[in-house]
Amino acid sequence: MIAAANCLETEKAKLRREIAELQAALNAKEQNLRDLQSRTAASHLDPEADLQHATREQYATLNNDDIARYSRQLILSDFGVSGQLKLKNSAVLIVGLGGLGCPAAQYLCSAGCGNLGLVDYDEVERSNLHRQTLHTVARCGMSKTESARIALLELNPHCRITCYPRLLNSSNAMHIMRAYDIVLDCSDNVATRYLLNDACTMLRKPLVSGSALKLDGQLTVYSYGAQGPCYRCIYPVPPPPEAVTNCGDGGVLGAVTGTIGAMQALEAIKIIIGLGDVLAGRMLIFDGSSCQFRNIKIRSKRPNCHVCSAQPLITGLIDYELFCGMNANDKDNAVKLLEPEERINVLDYQRLMKTKAHLLLDVRAPAEFEICQLPDSINVPLAHVLDDSYLQRFAQQLESKELPIFVVCRRGNDSQIAVQHMRTRLPEHSIRDLEGGLHAWTNQVDQSFPIY
Amino acid sequence: MPDLKIILEFSAGAELLFGNIKRRELALDGDQKWTIANLLKWMHANILTERPELFIQESTVRPGILVLINDTDWELLGELDYELQQNDNVLFISTLHGG
Repeated sequence: MIAAANCLETEKAKLRREIAELQAALNAKEQNLRDLQSRTAASHLDPEADLQHATREQYATLNNDDIARYSRQLILSDFGVSGQLKLKNSAVLIVGLGGLGCPAAQYLCSAGCGNLGLVDYDEVERSNLHRQTLHTVARCGMSKTESARIALLELNPHCRITCYPRLLNSSNAMHIMRAYDIVLDCSDNVATRYLLNDACTMLRKPLVSGSALKLDGQLTVYSYGAQGPCYRCIYPVPPPPEAVTNCGDGGVLGAVTGTIGAMQALEAIKIIIGLGDVLAGRMLIFDGSSCQFRNIKIRSKRPNCHVCSAQPLITGLIDYELFCGMNANDKDNAVKLLEPEERINVLDYQRLMKTKAHLLLDVRAPAEFEICQLPDSINVPLAHVLDDSYLQRFAQQLESKELPIFVVCRRGNDSQIAVQHMRTRLPEHSIRDLEGGLHAWTNQVDQSFPIY
Repeated sequence: MPDLKIILEFSAGAELLFGNIKRRELALDGDQKWTIANLLKWMHANILTERPELFIQESTVRPGILVLINDTDWELLGELDYELQQNDNVLFISTLHGG
């Protein structure tokens, strides 16, 4: 029996290996084919060959494949053949192929949108896969636009997809956006949101704007209709950078971005075919924790808006990173609050940790501490450092000024804030933070320590 | 005068500045006139628990927080000067930027 079971295991392992090899060969051949296609046909990567209205094919009829494929929406009385044709002749630009852009692109492509443009400078990472549902494990490291293109063409090979694997900025935005009827803001940062708004206003294109964080989502359509406000009418002044949380720090649930992204596709389809009431001058607020949708009435055009009023002050794109005081991505920047002597290298800490009595405080949120933690570290969330409640909790240990204190967090940013604050309360103690935080620990000390 | 009863709600993270409570029923002193400006002062003094600068700047709500009175943008209703009515619902929403 045991021998037979072993034999079975060997056979399974052999098959798995063979399948993996074939898969790799298939991927390589597919990539080859795509490279050749992009060289022969109008290159989907070449900015000079961007989709232009003049070259966009216009269809007057549906073929049999269209009729069979789209039958379930064709029979909707509000949709019909004319709606399908409008969709087939439309061009939609999706900016950001992340948690919002993936579902939005998926539904637009499946529904028969004829031309999709995909903009994203980023590459697929494992931490994207829980919400960015077009990407796969095998495509980690690939450009997000290319990864999405592969997935979308599998869904619907009739969609013409143009990839722009670069950061949208003031110098390329107008050129790229001009060729499209509608723009979907599926981005993840404030600077890009202002850039898209200003460009859409100047080009008079509707902007379907979605956003999500944690369990919350928001959706509205800007620059639509005579009275529809633009992003700047609602938010004339950018928020202070410290009030902006990204998905990497705040977390987000895929089903929430999926809900908002799918509705962005819905609003785009409604605009294209002229169906129903478009969500302009209103904002949809989704609270996933209570599963409540709330439709609020927002203001109409601001008469003195800097971009969309009759006498605009801004008539060309500006430097949006400067305007917002934030970068046009959702990556964290290393902050530098402490002097070198107030910090310790993770390798030095590793040498010291076993030999010298000390206190190691981990200032991450409890949910993050639960994921992984250094031996003997004690969880004291940053808020409890800043409100000084830690002083009471560690009153006994803090009596001795000889006991060195170390502070750690995920990347070594919050730990600096904590050290800076603690030094004002405990000026005679030795307080240092672990430079680069747990990420540095994984990279320099222990590669088996999980990274998130 | 009877108390002025209103509902305060917080959404999309604004609640984190107010003890993580998303909905509060308030009974304010009915002998006093309550504008949104007064309400903000009251909130600052009584229920704002975290980093006040992330809620109030220069006596008004900081950029990036929408204020809705009965689901309508306060800008359509007089902003700080709006006078609260019995059973009004005031909602503060942080703007989200992630995706």
